[in-house]
Amino acid sequence: MAVDRASVIAWLNELARVYSANCGLLTELDSAIGDADHGASMERGFLAVQADIPKLPEAIGPLFKAVAATLIRTVGGASGPLYGTFFLRAGAVCPDKPALDAHDVLALFRAGVEGIVARGKASPGDKTMVDALTPALAAMNPEAGVAAMLEAAAEAAAAGMKATIPLVARKGRASYLGPRSVGHQDPGATSAWMLIRAAADQWRAA
Amino acid sequence: MKKLINNPQDVVRESLEGLALAHPDLVRVSFNPVYVVRRDAPVRGKVGVVSGGGSGHEPMHGGYVGRGMLDAAVPGAVFTSPTPDQIEAATRDADGGAGVLHIIKNYTGDILNFEMAAELCQMQGIDTEAVVINDDVAVENSLYTAGRRGVGATVLAEKICGAAAERGMPLKELAALCRRVNENSRSMGMALTSCTVPAAGKPTFTLGDDEMEMGIGIHGEPGRERMPVEGAREIVARMTEAILADLRLPSGHSAIAVVNGLGGTPLLELYLLYRELQRLLEARGVVIARRLVGNYITSLEMAGCSITLLHADEEALDLWDDPVVTPGLRWGA
Repeated sequence: MAVDRASVIAWLNELARVYSANCGLLTELDSAIGDADHGASMERGFLAVQADIPKLPEAIGPLFKAVAATLIRTVGGASGPLYGTFFLRAGAVCPDKPALDAHDVLALFRAGVEGIVARGKASPGDKTMVDALTPALAAMNPEAGVAAMLEAAAEAAAAGMKATIPLVARKGRASYLGPRSVGHQDPGATSAWMLIRAAADQWRAA
Repeated sequence: MKKLINNPQDVVRESLEGLALAHPDLVRVSFNPVYVVRRDAPVRGKVGVVSGGGSGHEPMHGGYVGRGMLDAAVPGAVFTSPTPDQIEAATRDADGGAGVLHIIKNYTGDILNFEMAAELCQMQGIDTEAVVINDDVAVENSLYTAGRRGVGATVLAEKICGAAAERGMPLKELAALCRRVNENSRSMGMALTSCTVPAAGKPTFTLGDDEMEMGIGIHGEPGRERMPVEGAREIVARMTEAILADLRLPSGHSAIAVVNGLGGTPLLELYLLYRELQRLLEARGVVIARRLVGNYITSLEMAGCSITLLHADEEALDLWDDPVVTPGLRWGA
């Protein structure tokens, strides 16, 4: 089994649903240590992606690049370029074939996460989305197949997200709070976990 | 929330439409994507100077578009960075073939969006340089944060680099000049009241009747300390000491000073603050060679002020005196 274009579209639809449903939660987390726009930004961006679905390219690589362009245009703040970069880099390494195997899926997540790290210059422990994404990537074993690989990644992302609670923020607007950022779960790590959780849920049969 | 607006969602667009209607001789405004550009852009053979950031800091940046300052400004939503497609389009429109300087205030969102835009521009063969302004001494431990915020020095950098670009300075030299202006500038702000972001509808934070926030950021970010309100003399002394603890400004040297209102401070008070500042610096033997007193980089309707000092050499003063013709700053023409 593998991830084909229909699976990718299902993932994008799920992301629009998840970020809309959790708009309030993400905004609440961001109000505590940021500028209270993360929920609205993610919802706006992925609803725009969803609206673009009928116009998306056939091949998966160019499709991801088109998703990136929409996110970059509509999300704003720091999240727009970061999630935009994820899809841009994922699209760039995506092989030109109708369905992706576990090795391909790993390659595109790796390129996407490395792109976010390069763009945001955050390290693990800075209380950012990297704290969910880095452990998720490390937990991915393609030999287990797509479904098991992504399930392990989503669980690792959840653990990484929860582990941001006691951290002092060192990047982004939360960093100005210093010690006052302790005790709050990072909104970026939370939306990053949702990204991977949605892939694991949608690609279970892959 | 009481504001002179129609609908919170339309504030930025309608204000930019007003800017275009009020100053058709100076600027054009594009709405898809949104940016403000000098009427006669691109100026052939001249390096373009482009800045941008969230709205709510007017006249920064759209009010500084015109001859002798910015070629284009890219406004985001209130307190939200603009997106790369806007910055790319503005950069393309400002490029007269000699490349474009991006002047970016140090906020994570602004930096990421400008970086992405620069990559998009380079793919089209437009040469860009970026300089990040980070003059806010209120952020003390910049090793463990996103670093010092960009505030008042941005106005100085835009004016001085705009003048140098007008004289024909090439891109690399212009970027180096901009970095020098940033390195020689420091700022500090304070707030008496909060501000209300139109889309949020309620104040970003609250201060008691007898409290002030020393070291406030221009989006209402917390400062160094919340403390009882003091007299103007003590407040100016606190801010100036914080700046001078970090900026070498020896006796006998010259400064360009900005006493800036954050949007809700009367000029009556700003001039009073300027008097305190000049007296304090005179006592240290520092000459304020040029100054701005007024609202230049604001935080919506926040009451409060910021002080910016630039340790100015002859080159900076000379460029400062060059003509500038923008909605927000105008002399010599």
